[in-house]
Amino acid sequence: MSAPDVVVAGLRKRFGATRALDGMSFTVRPGAVTGFVGPNGAGKSTTLRVVLGLDRPDEGEALVSGRPYRSLRRPLRHVGALLDAGALEPGRTARNHLLWLARCQGIAARRVDEVIALVGLSAVARRRAGGYSLGMRQRVGIAAALLGDPPVLLLDEPFNGMDPDGIIWTRTLLRSLAAEGRAVLVSSHLMGELEGMAGRVVVVGRGRVIADAAVADLLATLAGDRTVLRTAAPERAARVLGEAGGTVVRTGPDTLSVSGLPSERIIPVLTGSQVDFSELSAQRVSLEDVYLHLTRGQVEYEAEAPAGSTGTTEAAR
Amino acid sequence: MSGEDRDSFARLVWAEWTKLRSVRAWLITLIAAAVTMTVFSVLSAAGERRNCDPAGCPAVVVGPGGEAVADSYELVGRPLTGNGTITVELTSLTGLLPPPGHSFGQPVPPAEPLSAGHPGVEPWAKAGLIITASTRQGAPYAAVMLAADHGVRFQDDYTGDIAGPDDTVAPGSPLWLRLTRAGDAVTAYVLAGRSGWTRIGAADLSGLPATAEAGLFVTSPQDSQMTDHPFVTSGADGPSLATATFAHLTVHGAGTDGDGLSGLTGRTIGGPNGDYPALTGSYTSSGDGSYRVSGSGDIAPEVGGVEGSGVTIDDTLGGWFFALIAVIALGAVSATAEYRRGLIRTTLAATPRRGRVLAAKAVVIGVSTFALTLPAAAISLIVGKRVLLANHNLVYPVGTLTEARVVVGTAGLLAGAAVFALALGVILRRSSGAITIGVVAIVLPVLLFQALPAGAADWVLRVTPTAAVSVQQTLPVYPQVAVDYSPTAGYFPLAPWAGFAVLCAYTAAALAVAAVLLRRRDA
Repeated sequence: MSAPDVVVAGLRKRFGATRALDGMSFTVRPGAVTGFVGPNGAGKSTTLRVVLGLDRPDEGEALVSGRPYRSLRRPLRHVGALLDAGALEPGRTARNHLLWLARCQGIAARRVDEVIALVGLSAVARRRAGGYSLGMRQRVGIAAALLGDPPVLLLDEPFNGMDPDGIIWTRTLLRSLAAEGRAVLVSSHLMGELEGMAGRVVVVGRGRVIADAAVADLLATLAGDRTVLRTAAPERAARVLGEAGGTVVRTGPDTLSVSGLPSERIIPVLTGSQVDFSELSAQRVSLEDVYLHLTRGQVEYEAEAPAGSTGTTEAAR
Repeated sequence: MSGEDRDSFARLVWAEWTKLRSVRAWLITLIAAAVTMTVFSVLSAAGERRNCDPAGCPAVVVGPGGEAVADSYELVGRPLTGNGTITVELTSLTGLLPPPGHSFGQPVPPAEPLSAGHPGVEPWAKAGLIITASTRQGAPYAAVMLAADHGVRFQDDYTGDIAGPDDTVAPGSPLWLRLTRAGDAVTAYVLAGRSGWTRIGAADLSGLPATAEAGLFVTSPQDSQMTDHPFVTSGADGPSLATATFAHLTVHGAGTDGDGLSGLTGRTIGGPNGDYPALTGSYTSSGDGSYRVSGSGDIAPEVGGVEGSGVTIDDTLGGWFFALIAVIALGAVSATAEYRRGLIRTTLAATPRRGRVLAAKAVVIGVSTFALTLPAAAISLIVGKRVLLANHNLVYPVGTLTEARVVVGTAGLLAGAAVFALALGVILRRSSGAITIGVVAIVLPVLLFQALPAGAADWVLRVTPTAAVSVQQTLPVYPQVAVDYSPTAGYFPLAPWAGFAVLCAYTAAALAVAAVLLRRRDA
């Protein structure tokens, strides 16, 4: 494994009485998309601001390619960042926004047009940013992050306000950037957005890391696949599946939840014992489930859960 | 600074310039400030108009130094060829002041003879001896005199002034004065008690013709009594007359004989006062060799303000005030807009060396303001001067360097104000607060100094950033001319570049605070 491009070590920071960062430590390695997830207020944006030298931590340090960000002379050539898609002067065009960024980094204007084309804004880049949708602003932010062709990309909530096409396009782009050997960190408060893209996730809550692992390993930490079975003879089905090695929980008058047996094996067991069933559905554990499992109790602002909405959480247990 | 650092700062300035020029509203504000400044300047210059009788307006009298001068006095003299000496005994100096009760701006009506005035000598009434190149107004001269309340003085070429003994005349206590010419040099003496003739000073009047005019002179300047109230300056203003008696006049030189009094004639230099015929100078010679000479006017540099008959060059720059408000707003907003949009994070992430970001912003806003208002000021001055002259105004001539200083200084003042507002914007991060403080610090004092009594106005123009308006002062203060040298008259308490330095000090201090806060604060 190559050396990490971003090292976050023991960051602590208070804003008044609020403990925003409480020992945040993780690394971002090249060649992969790292998801950076956690509920709102978990310290994701604060961490990114500290990495970018914008906020000073009370304790700990963050290094980019082994150096503090503030010591970088043309930082956009080392790290591309999207912090806030709304951070555009409404009276300035996207092209001019990217142009001043290019000027201060000694990047040629030609590169500005390249990244505009790359993010698909060529048609509107000479219009004032005040009229852009949030999705277009996100693309401007991604273009700005790519301007210096940096080995490290830090994107805070890049999917916010994007339409489905935009989300798919962004995922594809980030995957290909990682495939080029770049370190890509994508923060999100929605784990689902990272599914199928992130090879690793850093799950944070209340200012510290809850889990930092490969996605495959994370999924495996939860008990195996579950299958929901609907049958007119639940007792008999439970008995034969139990004999076959499964763990069966009755979840309703005619429904069972089976774990420990892959669904491919459930069908021969049931048919061999001549148990009729009307529905058999495999329930895979999603990243969302893992995330919700991990962040239970870490949520900063948790509403009283409305009745009947806890199904997914229950399934993840 | 290393080469790489210099390059990176140049890139940063380029980036900040790209930011400024790419927001159309900002660019329009800046251009509008320059255009409005020019238009209002020319319009206000066009409002200055001097009405003269059909014979035409008298031209400005210019002294040997190129400055506008007053040169009106009663001369009782004769030609003096080559080197020589003129001596006289001054036995009395009395006068008449304008009648009281005439309000400011309304001089004594011509119908009312000055004899209706009350006795009294104007403090700068002058009586003594003069050697002048000619009787033409504005001619080079040297004179020794008693100035009523200012003792014995030697003056030359309108601006030169050397104080002698603080004497006066009283019955039984006359004053003896002497002027000698040797080549171009004229030397003044006073007879001081038992110690004999004392030299007061000498002047080199280059170009003094072989035959100059030498004689007695009397003059008495405009009298003004100013009273300052808040928001209004009132006063009485009117011409005065001085009368001196002389005895034992002798003129010695080539071609003179005896006392050298042959060919002595009286002339009113500057002609009779058209508005006040009663003030026309006169002289009488009694048989015992004494002379009684009356005169009105002054031999001195012209001064501006309400007493002055002309307008100054800075009257062509009245529109700078509109530009001031615009550039303060622009300077503040160019900083606060980044905070409002969160763009400051993008800026500081791109350039972690925050002090340099501030420096680049200051350079860009300062240079842009300067570059646009400099031509505006230059056009205002050039066009405004033509307009003033076309309206028969008497424009005090000033040197090209002084004109250049007024133009460059005005643009510099606006650039300094813009940078000051930028620093306030970084400190406060909100445009409302930054613009308010900028306006209170720089714009409000402009209004205040015109409303406050002169003493308070002077302090406003010493301690506020507005002190920089002193770059627009073109006329020097002459201690030997007593007028209202107040800011409203165009005279500021600090020297031009000293006043500008006050603004620069404020701007530098604000930038320093902004730099510290920018470095210390989380973005």
